[in-house]
Amino acid sequence: MKIIVCIKQVPDTTNVKIDPETNTLIREGVASVINPFDMYAIEEGLRIKERMAGSEVTVVSMGPPQADIALREAVSMGVDKAVLVSDRKIAGSDTWATSYILSKAIQKISDFNLILCGKQASDGDTAQVGPGISSWLDIPQVTYVKKIEKIEVDKAIVERMTEEGFDIVEIPLPCLFTVVKEINEPRLPSLKGKMKAKKIEIPIWGVDDLELDEGKIGLNGSPTRVVKIFTPSAREKGMILDGKAAESVNKIAALLEDVIIG
Amino acid sequence: MIKIVLDKCTGCTLCVKSCPFAAIEIVNKKAVIDLTKCNLCGACVDVCSFEAIVIEREEEKKDVSGYKNVWVFAEQKKGLIQPVVYELLGKGKELAQQLNSQLWAVLLGADIKEKASELIERGADKVIVAEGALLANYLDEPYTQVLVDLIKKYKPEIILSGATTIGRALVSRVAVNIGAGLTADCTGLEIDPESKLLLQTRPAFGGNIMATIITPNHRPQMATVRHKVMKESQIDTSREGEVEVLNYNGKLSSRTRVLDMIDEVGKTVNLTEADIIVSGGYGLGKPENFKLIEELAEILGGAVGASRSAVDNDWIPYSHQVGQTGRTVCPKLYVACGISGQIQHLVGMQSSDVIVAINKDSEAPIFKVATYGIVGDLFEIVPLFMKRFKEILKK
Amino acid sequence: MVDYLLTEEQQMLKELAHQIAEEKIRPVAKEHDETGEFPWDIMKIIAQSDLFGVYIDEKYGGTGGGVFELALVTEELSRACGGIAVCFAASALGTYPILLFGNDKQKDKYLPDLASGKKLAAFAVTEPNAGSDASAIETKAEKKADHYVLNGRKQWITNGGEAETYVVIAMTNRSKGARGASAFIVEKGTPGFEFGKKEDKLGIRASATRELLFNDCKIPQENILSREGMGFIVAMKTFDCSRSGVAAQAIGIAQGALELTLEYAHQRHQFGKPITSFQGIQFMLADMATELEAARALVYSACRMVDSGAKNVARASAMAKMYASDVAMKVTTDCIQIFGGYGYMKEYPIEKYFRDAKITQIYEGTNQIMRGVIAANLVKELAKKK
Repeated sequence: MKIIVCIKQVPDTTNVKIDPETNTLIREGVASVINPFDMYAIEEGLRIKERMAGSEVTVVSMGPPQADIALREAVSMGVDKAVLVSDRKIAGSDTWATSYILSKAIQKISDFNLILCGKQASDGDTAQVGPGISSWLDIPQVTYVKKIEKIEVDKAIVERMTEEGFDIVEIPLPCLFTVVKEINEPRLPSLKGKMKAKKIEIPIWGVDDLELDEGKIGLNGSPTRVVKIFTPSAREKGMILDGKAAESVNKIAALLEDVIIG
Repeated sequence: MIKIVLDKCTGCTLCVKSCPFAAIEIVNKKAVIDLTKCNLCGACVDVCSFEAIVIEREEEKKDVSGYKNVWVFAEQKKGLIQPVVYELLGKGKELAQQLNSQLWAVLLGADIKEKASELIERGADKVIVAEGALLANYLDEPYTQVLVDLIKKYKPEIILSGATTIGRALVSRVAVNIGAGLTADCTGLEIDPESKLLLQTRPAFGGNIMATIITPNHRPQMATVRHKVMKESQIDTSREGEVEVLNYNGKLSSRTRVLDMIDEVGKTVNLTEADIIVSGGYGLGKPENFKLIEELAEILGGAVGASRSAVDNDWIPYSHQVGQTGRTVCPKLYVACGISGQIQHLVGMQSSDVIVAINKDSEAPIFKVATYGIVGDLFEIVPLFMKRFKEILKK
Repeated sequence: MVDYLLTEEQQMLKELAHQIAEEKIRPVAKEHDETGEFPWDIMKIIAQSDLFGVYIDEKYGGTGGGVFELALVTEELSRACGGIAVCFAASALGTYPILLFGNDKQKDKYLPDLASGKKLAAFAVTEPNAGSDASAIETKAEKKADHYVLNGRKQWITNGGEAETYVVIAMTNRSKGARGASAFIVEKGTPGFEFGKKEDKLGIRASATRELLFNDCKIPQENILSREGMGFIVAMKTFDCSRSGVAAQAIGIAQGALELTLEYAHQRHQFGKPITSFQGIQFMLADMATELEAARALVYSACRMVDSGAKNVARASAMAKMYASDVAMKVTTDCIQIFGGYGYMKEYPIEKYFRDAKITQIYEGTNQIMRGVIAANLVKELAKKK
């Protein structure tokens, strides 16, 4: 089984602090990590590889040159190969353009049965790139996969998380899954993986390598455009009581009357 | 490409603070942008008082006239219109009025046409009903095929969908297929009075910054919209509208097949649709104590949520997790019991209308977002709340 | 900090062990301490990370390091939990006899699974009447045509019951005393080999400490390590390698305790100031940090000496084990003192470090025996000079 996992490098928001005055993220010293959802995709790729002899897992990331670090981290977990898509001309790509570029990179890798993505990235939260890639490649997809029940070279049965529970979906391969947290618990790196990650050559593919249509990439090729970025107004300071429990409860319950009857 | 106009830059550092990607530094009293970090988002351009930062792009103006009307994707499950659709119709009506156009709903299903009247009562001027055996339950490919077909035929200006599991998967595929711009998970939608473009505002970085996005040269302008943010449209049984039924049987294909649909939520309410959510965290101490949370939720007719640590300790299934790696919720009332309020949790619930926090640690970050907070023992306070709420609800 | 000039690979495995300790061990340490349940989940994580093989040749699936690499991992794991760390370290103790004395066939058969962490090992010397005095061992191995028959009882065997591969010291010739002992590889599941009582301990409670019972247990002849009569030598050479491991466990426990104490002392306010601003506390912290660093320097030197192939390492290993464990006991005692009343309470994690530290002064040769070894070496050297 040939598996491609798409990953994104994001700021590590788990350790982020908020500036109490401006109510904005304090970004200084914030480390970059692999998008948490992509970790589940990597882990699931490795698990399938372990179950099916002759499998290979390749990670692909699009981003600035330093996204190389995220790819090496994936290699240290046991991934076989890594590819970085990086070019000044693709900066500012929106999800539409990004999914186009990644789909071209996947076509260049060409030999694959399965593509795995995290459900969404923790910085953008769009959940659009995975379905976008499968559209460009015209392959079927299942989003929000929480369990792979069965997988063979030509067919899989998976559970898709829904708002009410889950659907059991049958899908032919090659296909694309986006995965949620429930699917597994990502492993830590291994020593041999870390040693391999140090040495591995990671090719960097640019616009020319991928023969990208420049009208579909970067700031100019993206249908959407950011016109304003602002900090949401902070919540008003609340009423925090630390007196007698019964009194506090009565006071707050009275204030909530409209909401709970509503 | 982005440039600093050195003559105009005063080194005031406003742009440094505004940059969400920490890509700007002041070197020798001038701003310098690290292009490997810059995402060209334009936050610095807006904030600069001296017009010293410019982003140049090739402005080609495409002809986008001929696209008309606002569409709402009327998501149904097992034949029931999903509540988020009514919220979309409420917003869609407003947008359509500002554009002097109509509000249409698109309803896909197997045998669903009698539901069209519900959409008209909620404000749709026209309902397109696409029927086909493969449309009974959601499947990526046939749904995409139908929507793409309808868009090509009718050329809508705007399409709104709920930011649901289905909506997010569907419109992403549609957008790629027809080359439309798509903005995910919007919490604000407006029409720009001058350009008549749809201003789509969405949270990024877990709600810590907001971005307003436009789609200037591509049509339709597509957006998925977060639950519980827009106001639901009211029912007006006197409304009339047109219903067009199209038969897609034999015209569709799907490579995927849904073998079964499992309902796990049971008697509790779907988290994203709930008006009231009662959540428990690590402060509960052990899984048995979630009973307390469930009881309070039941009294209030709400859903049960949980923090990541409660889920990671296997106290409650993942489907209840609220926060960055769980679900983002926006109920009218969110009650956080024994949740300290790690940032990953806050980003998933801080846009709730009213937040009540109960925690024994007065320094817990949850109190920073709480509308009302009680510092104390939740095992004492929650039962008191139950008693009071019961009394209130009896009235 | 003192720079120990680690190689890139040593730095890597130290970081990896640190990550496992912080992300996986620390959150479950208290629970295992309370229940005494063996930490199989953690063993699997350590195995998956290749750390069980850091001191084993690459041809057996290890990464080819030595005692120093083993010590670095043990130290990092011990920072989070001395009990879970010893489950890892005790497997190395059971593996070393095979690594040092096994023939090619034995190494091929046993080392790959031990290097990958698929199986754990244990080393069985101690008996009810034979602790420090190994010559008093009563378990005997009787030679038959093509096998040995093992009878007797081993006590307080770390990883007992959980390990698959055991190296057991038994008497093949009682009349020769210590020189009549031999070492055997015994696999779990061999008929006549069973497990007895599981001990309830003061500290390192995550680890399994159990009796091994041998009743007419048939061991194939090929399972003898080296040859008859070499049992005592096998044990001593193994301890020369493993004592640095105990020493590493001790400095890890002390380091973990010191870090928690420093953090606590910095946020604990009395008389309107953090208690770190009081000289009485400052001096205690300074002494602890210095003694700990001295112990670490000694342990690392002893490890490097063993790995260099130096001949007589008994004295250095004994010094490292004795000094590091005494420092660990002193540091953890003072840490509780700085925590004050909170330090005495089970709700706070510090008392566990104190309980875990104590065993390092006792096992793999009590510190009194260590002093004996050191003194005997000093006298021997003096005699040589004359």
